[in-house]
Amino acid sequence: MTEPTSAPATAATPAVSLRKVSKTYYRGGQPVPVLADITFDVARGDFLALMGPSGSGKSTLLNLIAGIDRPTGGQILVDGVDIAQLSEAELAAWRAGHVGFIFQFYNLMPVLTAVENVELPLMLTQLSRKQRRQHAELALSMVGLSERMTHYPSELSGGQQQRVAIARALVTDPTLIVADEPTGDLDKASATDVLALLDQLNRELGKTIIMVTHDARAAETAHAMLHLDKGELFALESNGKTHALKPQPAAAE
Amino acid sequence: MIGFLIKSAFRNAWRHRLRALLTVTGLVVAILAFGLLKTIVSAWYAGADAASNARLVTRSSISLVFTLPISYKDRIRQVDGVEAISWANWFGGVYIDERNFFPQFAVSNGYLDQYPEFVLSDADKKAWLVDRRGAVVGRKLAKRFGWQVGDVIPLKGTIFPGEWNFVLRAIYDGKENNTDENQFFFHWDYLNESIKKTAPRRGDRTGVFIVSIEDPDKAAEISRTIDAEFRNSLAETMTETEKAFQLGFVAMTEAIVVAIEIVSYVVILIIMAVMANTMAMAARERTSEYATLKALGFAPGFIASLIVLESLILCALGAAIGVAMTYPLARAFGGALDNVFPVFNVAAETPWLQLACAMVVALVAAVTPAIRSARVRIVDGLRSIG
Repeated sequence: MTEPTSAPATAATPAVSLRKVSKTYYRGGQPVPVLADITFDVARGDFLALMGPSGSGKSTLLNLIAGIDRPTGGQILVDGVDIAQLSEAELAAWRAGHVGFIFQFYNLMPVLTAVENVELPLMLTQLSRKQRRQHAELALSMVGLSERMTHYPSELSGGQQQRVAIARALVTDPTLIVADEPTGDLDKASATDVLALLDQLNRELGKTIIMVTHDARAAETAHAMLHLDKGELFALESNGKTHALKPQPAAAE
Repeated sequence: MIGFLIKSAFRNAWRHRLRALLTVTGLVVAILAFGLLKTIVSAWYAGADAASNARLVTRSSISLVFTLPISYKDRIRQVDGVEAISWANWFGGVYIDERNFFPQFAVSNGYLDQYPEFVLSDADKKAWLVDRRGAVVGRKLAKRFGWQVGDVIPLKGTIFPGEWNFVLRAIYDGKENNTDENQFFFHWDYLNESIKKTAPRRGDRTGVFIVSIEDPDKAAEISRTIDAEFRNSLAETMTETEKAFQLGFVAMTEAIVVAIEIVSYVVILIIMAVMANTMAMAARERTSEYATLKALGFAPGFIASLIVLESLILCALGAAIGVAMTYPLARAFGGALDNVFPVFNVAAETPWLQLACAMVVALVAAVTPAIRSARVRIVDGLRSIG
C-alpha cells in the first residue's frame, strides 16, 4: 500500500490505482455524493482493509474497484487497465479474468454443488470440462473442502460456504480478490478460519486482496487499513502507524 | 456452456417443488382443456370433413323441409358427368324415448353403393336388400343399444306418423376413423309404399338426391346444370357439394363453435398469466443470484436464457403430459357423448397446436422477467439479498 500522495516511486505497476474517483447517486433527481476525490494505490500482493461506519462509501468504493459499478468521475486502473473506459461487455469479460469476488452472504448458487459453484467462473474460459473440474477440485482442496465437493450449499455450514466462495474467487487466478464483509455473517470461529485463509492466500500465493469490513479484528489481518467517512478517505494505517490523509472533524475544530 | 445452462435451468425449475408441481398441473389442465375443446370443434365439423368431393346433394331451393318429386331422379341422371344417383329421406323417428336420438334415413337401394366408407359384406347387404322392412345400422349405434342382427327395432314416427318396426339385417363399420357409425338406414320404398296408403300426396317424394359425379373438379358446373334443369318449376332445386351441404348445418350452430374456440384460447391466456406470475416470482427471488452471475462475468443473454429455458422446461413438461392425456380422455369423452358427437377424434393438428400454445406460453411468461433480470444492475441485485 502506498500513500495516495506519493509519487509513482515503486518499480512495479500498482495492482490498483485510483485517481480522483468520485461517485454520486441521484435520488428523486437530487444528487447524493457518496465518494469524493478518492486517490490511492494498492501494490501487487497487498492486503488492504477498507473500514468505516455504515454509509461511509466503503462498499461503493469496492464495487467501483471490482468493476461492478462505474464512477461518476476519476480514473480506476487495475493492472494498468482503465476499467471506467470499458464497455459493459468488455467490463464483464475483464471481471471474469481479473477479479475474484467474496461476498458477505457467500452468494453461491443453491442448485449447484460446491465443486460446480467453484467451476462457475471457469465456464467463461476456454478450458475443457475435465480441466475445469480439475481446477475446481484443486481450489476446493486449497480451502480444505476436498471432502465436501458434491455437497450443495444448503448442506454446508456458513464457514464452509464462505470457503467455497473463496475457492470460487481464486479458481481463475485473478489479479485481484475483493471481499465485501467476508466474515459479516459468520460466527467467531468460522470468521477466524476465513481470515486465516485470506491471509494464507495473500502470503503464499501473493494474491492482492481488498476487503471491506467494519470489524477491527478482521481488519487486523490486512497489511493496511484505509478509513473512510462520508465518502472521503481520512486515514491510513500501515505497519502500526496511522497517517492522517484529511483533518478529522474533531481535529479540524 | 449449453450443458451447464440446461442443467442449471432444469434444477432451477424444480427448486420449489410444490410451486413447480402446481404450475405444471395448471399447464396440464390448460393444455388438456384446450385439446378437448379443439376436439369438440373438430367433432362439429366431422360430417363436413368426412364428406366426399365426388358427391353432390340436391335439395329443394326453398328449404330442406320441402321435398322434391322422385321423378327428378331420371332428369338428374341424364346430366353430363353424373355417375350415379340415389335419394334419402330424413325419418325422425323415436326409439323408445326421445333421449335416444340417432339419425334415421329412408334410402334408395343404390345409396349404400355411393358410400364406400360404410363397410358391410355383400351377404349382409343382400340380406338387407331382400327384406322390405330391413335396416342397416352403424357399429357404434348397434353397440349403444345392444342390437344384434335379427332384432326388431320399433320406431315411433314423428314426421311420418305411426308405429314402424324394422328388422336389423346388417351392421356397417366405418372405413375411416372419422366415419359416422351412428346412423340408421332402411328402405325408402317401404316408407314410400306405407305413406302412399295413409297420405298419398306425400308419396313419391324425397328430401335429397345424392349425386355421384365422375370428376369432382366439375362439381360446380354439374350443380349449375342440375339446378338449371328445374328452374321455374314448382320445385326448384339447390345443388351443392356434400361438404357444403354439411357445412350448412354447422353454420346454423356457428355461434357455439366460435364460443368454444374463444374459450379454448381463453384457457391458454389464463395459464399464460399464471405462468408469467410463476416466472416473475422465481426471477425476483433469484435477483441476487443473477447479479452474482453477472459480477462473475456472465453476459445478460446468459441470464435471460436461463429464465427462458426454465420456462420452456416447465411448459414442455406440462404440454407433454397434457397432450398424452388428451387421447384417452377424448376417447372417454367421445364414448360418453357418442349420441351427440358420432365422431370424436383428436385431429392430427391438435397436439401440434397444443405444443405450440405451450411454447408461446413459455416464451411470453419468460420475456419480462428475462429482460428485467438481464438488465438488473449488479450492485442493485446484490443488495437484494438484504
